Amino acid sequence: MAEIAEGGGGGGHDKGKKRAKKSSTKVDMTPMVDLAFLLLTFFVLTTTFAKPKVMSLVYPAKLTDEELKDIEPTKINNAITFLLTEDKIYYYEDEFFPKGNPQGEPPTELKETNFSPDGVRALLAKGNKYVIQERERLEKLVESKQMVDSVFTKKMIEAKQNKKALKVLIKTDDKATCKNFIDLVDELKIADIGMIAPVDILKSELDLLKAKAK
Amino acid sequence: MPKSSPSIDMTPMVDLAFLLVTFFMLAASIRPSDPVDVDIPTSISDMAIPANVVLVTVDAGGRVFFKMSDPEAKRELINSMMGKYQSLKLTEKQVEEFTLMETFGCTVGELPQYIDLSTDERRQFNTSGIPYLDSTKNQLKDWIDFGNRAAVNSGRTAYEVAQMDGLNPDPKDFVPKFILRVDSKTLYANAQKVIDVFRELELNNLNFITSLEMAPL
Repeated sequence: MAEIAEGGGGGGHDKGKKRAKKSSTKVDMTPMVDLAFLLLTFFVLTTTFAKPKVMSLVYPAKLTDEELKDIEPTKINNAITFLLTEDKIYYYEDEFFPKGNPQGEPPTELKETNFSPDGVRALLAKGNKYVIQERERLEKLVESKQMVDSVFTKKMIEAKQNKKALKVLIKTDDKATCKNFIDLVDELKIADIGMIAPVDILKSELDLLKAKAK
Repeated sequence: MPKSSPSIDMTPMVDLAFLLVTFFMLAASIRPSDPVDVDIPTSISDMAIPANVVLVTVDAGGRVFFKMSDPEAKRELINSMMGKYQSLKLTEKQVEEFTLMETFGCTVGELPQYIDLSTDERRQFNTSGIPYLDSTKNQLKDWIDFGNRAAVNSGRTAYEVAQMDGLNPDPKDFVPKFILRVDSKTLYANAQKVIDVFRELELNNLNFITSLEMAPL
């Protein structure tokens, strides 16, 4: 493949005279090159560069019925609850009011959203204004060397736990996929939300979701 | 008229080929052959997988597989399991093979047979994975519980060894972490049942395996 035989080592000009043929100094490299390319192809196809990473998520502790009884229902302020089904996301803000609730509030309506920049991301940025402003303020202090990184990290954790920070609850029905769930948690991490709680869906919410998703 | 030689000098091309071969050989890491294919979701998280882990895989069909990173902890784990499940009897050789096994998923009854298979045969093995739905015969719970205890012990040993070597180790790095590897297409309801098993054992801090995607600017 590499060389085409040219008849002898180089005695082309001596017409008729018989001489001992000089053996060529060239080695046939074809098999070696074949092997090199074979290996190259193999490694190119099998190598994966991106090592998988992990995303941490803290679940609420599981309580026994006994412990659940002792907990008084708290009023939820500044919260968003996401309801996931198949590849759709619905949400409502603050507290959930079923139809005909004793407080006389209008019943909660589910709103649909998606993973486009104007969807979940814009919604979270609006709700989590406090933490985002706090981050900007602290980042400026770090930039002007008035604050060290370790203090910044600590302050950010405090800001995320602050009362004014957005709380997010995630509820899923039995058709939601893991991809949808992880994508949503990812959006929450992007939006600097510290209080994420995946919780069980209520019967009334499930009914509302079913009616909406049809 | 001088005949031009039909041969081409291939040296630069060969040089380049070998350079690339060398590069890819060094950059490649051998992927452990898993008995299950999982299409992992993406996120912007850039946290690396910790060293001491208990890893539970949920595949697209909702079958559950188990893995532990530390072979010594696996030895302790299988001994605890043999203590709890009297019917599970393994030879010394099978225990050795078990500690070297990567991800596995089968019932306790199928385990001796599963261990004797080759890696390729394990992929073909017809199993429903580790049982986790039945609350009375929840074998996954036992694997995680005993796995956690074994990993805590082996982590402590590793910490002491690191301390004796004159390093200044952070005890946090040796605490076992719990990792979930879920397929993108699997129903969250399946993953939730596995998560509930963790929560029943008061292991609430979980990590999902994801592949890196670019953060939006």
